[in-house]
Amino acid sequence: MEKKRVPQDANKTYSGYGTKVVYAVDEAGRYDRVQTTGWEVEEIVLRDVVGDFQEKAESARRRAMSGQTSPIEYFMHKRYLDLTGLAKGMGIAKWRVKRHLKPSVFEKLSPSVMQRYAELFDIDLKMLTHFKENV
Amino acid sequence: MNTAPAYEHRHYAHCESGVLSSLFTHHGMALSEPMVFGLAGAMSFAYLPFVRLGHMPLIAYRMFPAYLIKKLPARMRVKYFRKRYSDSGRAMAELDDFLANGQVVGIQMSVFFAPYFPPEMRFPFNAHNAIVIGKENGDYLISDPVFEEIKRIAAKDLEKARFAKGVLAPKGLVHFPLQMPGEVDLEPVIRKAIKKTANMMLHAPPFIGLKGIRRLSAKICALGKKHDKKYIRHFLGHLVRMQEEIGTGGGGFRFIYAAFLQEAYQLMGIPVLEEASNRMTAAGDAWRMFALACAKAVKRREEAIDLEAIAGLLRQCGEIEKKIYLLLKSLKKYKTTNTASIQLPSAKCSSRGDLC
Repeated sequence: MEKKRVPQDANKTYSGYGTKVVYAVDEAGRYDRVQTTGWEVEEIVLRDVVGDFQEKAESARRRAMSGQTSPIEYFMHKRYLDLTGLAKGMGIAKWRVKRHLKPSVFEKLSPSVMQRYAELFDIDLKMLTHFKENV
Repeated sequence: MNTAPAYEHRHYAHCESGVLSSLFTHHGMALSEPMVFGLAGAMSFAYLPFVRLGHMPLIAYRMFPAYLIKKLPARMRVKYFRKRYSDSGRAMAELDDFLANGQVVGIQMSVFFAPYFPPEMRFPFNAHNAIVIGKENGDYLISDPVFEEIKRIAAKDLEKARFAKGVLAPKGLVHFPLQMPGEVDLEPVIRKAIKKTANMMLHAPPFIGLKGIRRLSAKICALGKKHDKKYIRHFLGHLVRMQEEIGTGGGGFRFIYAAFLQEAYQLMGIPVLEEASNRMTAAGDAWRMFALACAKAVKRREEAIDLEAIAGLLRQCGEIEKKIYLLLKSLKKYKTTNTASIQLPSAKCSSRGDLC
């Protein structure tokens, strides 16, 4: 890539957070570090995946409100996690996490397990136990 | 409290190679980021359909995280300190000790717990690298190579970031050079590194190197038969994201490697290296075309996606790269024409003398 062709698309995600560095060649073909405000391509794929997680989280929030799923599912999507990642983070089997997504099982979860979920999601324990009042 | 003296923050393209370049330079062995990337043999490609990340196969354009931290010191014969912890309190206390001794410390951390990242980028990615350079009023000063300036992070957040759980958990990893060798002759190290990379890309088992690229392009062709449009869109977006994540810019690793080959040419004067560098630049541009085509498919949701064309672009990347690695394998036939010495002067011991 030539220096003058390095994209400067002013990505929204990165605005206020400075620039990134890429390697590009000058007219003499020498490599150098060049600062860039981003490439639209990066923004498109990032927004797409973030949007997907947000949709899933919103759907889980509504279902959690009406008692069809547990708040864990909402926070899982909100934190860009999937079942595998969540199970790995909790250090328990995937089928157990899946079970915890059932409202009936969730209500009977021990405080210590609940606390571990809260730590993993980086939220207050109350957000899980009193989900409806807090979210 | 203490802040490290005379540490110069530099802005780099990639976290792990950036951290190592900064640490080595700080300890008197001035290696650029491309040099670090090339010498450690970080260049790669892997498509592992049986390893799943968020319903998507694992795709990597470089060696796995922490590979460089292990490989570079070994190749450069640098005594290197590496430690992981099970107890976070102890890890933080020891970090304070290192800082108090004037050491700057490389760490592994989770992006999710780093408040200085843009919120949309705070994925639970646990293998980010940065350097802690000091402590001020209870906050830590972080030299993060993918940011322009020194960042601050609260002790509480840093502890969480260093002990995030899940895939690739950092387990409080700290690392820094203990003792630099007196002199290093770079040429044999460059030759070995290039040979290893070329061999891996050409002859590694399936899923890795050129075979991985071919397998992935076949997979893209076949996507339409099995999956709906939404999945295809996510799959293509995922390919690009793995290429881009945390600031490497489409095909970014290819440009870093091209810069490495150019630097090697300047040191050794063998024209094959210059030719390979130019072609690697072309490969990087081809990867960018591929990323652009994927992003277009993601953006224009209503239009039909031409999977054949996208797979064709990917195959082309593989073809360009194949010729480069074959060219690089011919390097052994040529002797260095530069008579100038390419030895690195360096002799600086770590402040932790007890470990030297």
